[in-house]
Amino acid sequence: MGREMSNAATNQNQQSSLSHTVEQLVAVNPYNPDILPDLENYVNEQVSSQTYSLNANLCLVRLYQFEPERMSTQIVARILIKALMAMPAPDFSLCLFLIPERVQMEEQFKTLIVLSHYLETARFRQFWDEAAKSRHILEVVPGFEQAIQAYAVHVLSLTYQKVPRSILAEAINIEGPSLDKFLDHQIANSGWAIEKNQERGQLIILPPNEFNHPELKKSTADGIQLEHVARIFPILG
Amino acid sequence: MAGATSYDHDIPVPGETPSIGYDPNYVPDSVKSFVVHMYRHIREKNVYEIHQMYENSFQSISDRLFKDSPWPSVDAVAPYVDNDHVFCLLYREMWFRHLYARLSPTPKQRIDSWDNYCSLFQVVLHGVVNMQLPNQWLWDMVDEFVYQFQSFCQYRAKMKNKTEQEIALLRQYDQAWSVYGVLNFLQALVEKSMIIQILEQEKEGLEQFTATDGYDYSGGSNVLKVLGYFSMIGLLRVHCLLGDYHTGLKCLVPIDISQQGVYTSVIGSHITTIYHYGFANLMLRRYVEAIREFNKILVYIFKTKQYHQKSPQYEQILKKNEQMYALLAISLSLCPQVKLVEENVNSQLREKYGEKMLRMQRYDDEAFALYDELFSYACPKFITPAPPSYEEPLVNYNQDAYRLQLKLFLYEVKQQQLLSGVGTYLKVYSTISLGKLAAYMEVDEPTLRTILMTYKHKTHSVDSDGKITSNANVDFYIDDDMIHVFESKPAKRNGDYFMRQIVKLEGVMTDIDRIKLE
Repeated sequence: MGREMSNAATNQNQQSSLSHTVEQLVAVNPYNPDILPDLENYVNEQVSSQTYSLNANLCLVRLYQFEPERMSTQIVARILIKALMAMPAPDFSLCLFLIPERVQMEEQFKTLIVLSHYLETARFRQFWDEAAKSRHILEVVPGFEQAIQAYAVHVLSLTYQKVPRSILAEAINIEGPSLDKFLDHQIANSGWAIEKNQERGQLIILPPNEFNHPELKKSTADGIQLEHVARIFPILG
Repeated sequence: MAGATSYDHDIPVPGETPSIGYDPNYVPDSVKSFVVHMYRHIREKNVYEIHQMYENSFQSISDRLFKDSPWPSVDAVAPYVDNDHVFCLLYREMWFRHLYARLSPTPKQRIDSWDNYCSLFQVVLHGVVNMQLPNQWLWDMVDEFVYQFQSFCQYRAKMKNKTEQEIALLRQYDQAWSVYGVLNFLQALVEKSMIIQILEQEKEGLEQFTATDGYDYSGGSNVLKVLGYFSMIGLLRVHCLLGDYHTGLKCLVPIDISQQGVYTSVIGSHITTIYHYGFANLMLRRYVEAIREFNKILVYIFKTKQYHQKSPQYEQILKKNEQMYALLAISLSLCPQVKLVEENVNSQLREKYGEKMLRMQRYDDEAFALYDELFSYACPKFITPAPPSYEEPLVNYNQDAYRLQLKLFLYEVKQQQLLSGVGTYLKVYSTISLGKLAAYMEVDEPTLRTILMTYKHKTHSVDSDGKITSNANVDFYIDDDMIHVFESKPAKRNGDYFMRQIVKLEGVMTDIDRIKLE
């Protein structure tokens, strides 16, 4: 047991120094075909350690564009799944722009594109149905479900002050006692609340933000950063 | 420098008629005079004279004597300039640029031009160049370098009618215009010039760069620094051509486009920067940002294009102007924020695209055809960076990259199909129940909830730092089954405008103070 743990610790140290090296490579020497294996390893590390680097993944997809014979569809699939998990950021599209059309025609990519489409158009029920059918593609990336649930909560928070329980359930694909547990956790940690409505069941009150509570919109929109104003201090002084 | 003649008769190119009577070794007097004077001005670092000769004399001699033939070969003019290695590289750079502009380069000429850029950039990167050159020229070098790369990729991808000799040539010189080479040169110029650090330090007052327009008034050279600066814009452009908008924008980050800078000192650089910045933001769905920047540059062009009528860049300025109106039309159709558009630009826009914009917002088949048409007209000339397989069957794949970008763009447009309908209804109500709105829009309630969430998602863009900003001009929140509408205006950024005017006025007053009256 002890050796396992120390091995794990060593692995973790090796892995975080790997990520540091790769990030440096991407920053300093990105247009270099020799770093391709490092970038591929880094994708696998992102998958196993549940981290994410858009810059490194774009760098890899770009290198695949320069040398199509070296493309690994398995790695690309993982990059795309990670990109889906980054929603609402448009990372999935950013990757697609760099992947040749004939590659996008392959079955697993067509599936991922359909999944992305459902998420982009908030069709959560269809998404979870299709995701269930495609479990074999998605289960290689741990944390997928939670990431999509976080995205669903994000979209709901943009849209609703109060959302009916059934809508929430459909969006995050959790029902029954599991949903109760989820709600308890959110109430304790994220400022959610529940309102009981006689006819319509539970209403979930989402935390206020500037998008679902317009009065909270900061008027910093027309503000000026201090460092810009500082530039004219000599003139004013 | 290798004395290989850059005009090669050996490989015939289908369709090219060599200029009858062109003798690469004949040097007319005006050319003799041109190179002698240019050489002297460069040695004396007389930037003003260099600029005059570069912008005006070169053009007028070209118009008079070299309308459809190349300038004399570099070997023929070298004796008049002490066979100066660097001057010859510069002359060749202009020689090839003239060739590309007026004629069609042969495959061998394309490769020779690549060689010349390699030699020229390597000389600059070794830090041995001690010249001061006009920003216009330095910009043109980077701009042309990327243009010839794009042109080569297009040429190489048309495999169908290639002769065996052409294929053999491409195979032999497989390093010429390789995407790695192009990107690494631009990157090397950025790094070696330390331009990013210079710009950082300038913010803290420790360096002078922008204030002198990049020129070096302490006896040094501006060439590496300014080439490094313009290479950042070159990188933005190459990444856009590849479809990597995120990285392209990252390359531009050190340049603050909310301020004047060296990028505005040359109109071609200003327009290229904003065109690609705006296009990248459009593809990243940051519509408000795209609209803002297109509006600013179109106002600028509107006010200043009369001053460029005689310049060789005039045609290009007009072309990019038209393309940006098309991109603005697209952006506004996807994100109706008319208040962000200045009056003159708006009236020009209505004139050129008013009717089409109305049809684009209907989201039927005709609308998609219009999005297709405008996008295809205005988009960059995307490239496939990988070399072809030289095995049979030989096909043309030069359109592949463009088709992919167009397809993905139209896909995004399709996803936003129902949103303009929502906007129209929301403008009319302050509150409305889901049931009622669903009935008006002829959809069921679950579908309406989906549409409303899509509206929220698509109108709230995510920037590269993960910050969410609303692009919507009409917004709402839902309370159970009741929709509450509110207006949402993106800021007009008046503060920014006042700041710039204060600095400008201070500059004017300082200049006036400097005038000594006799």
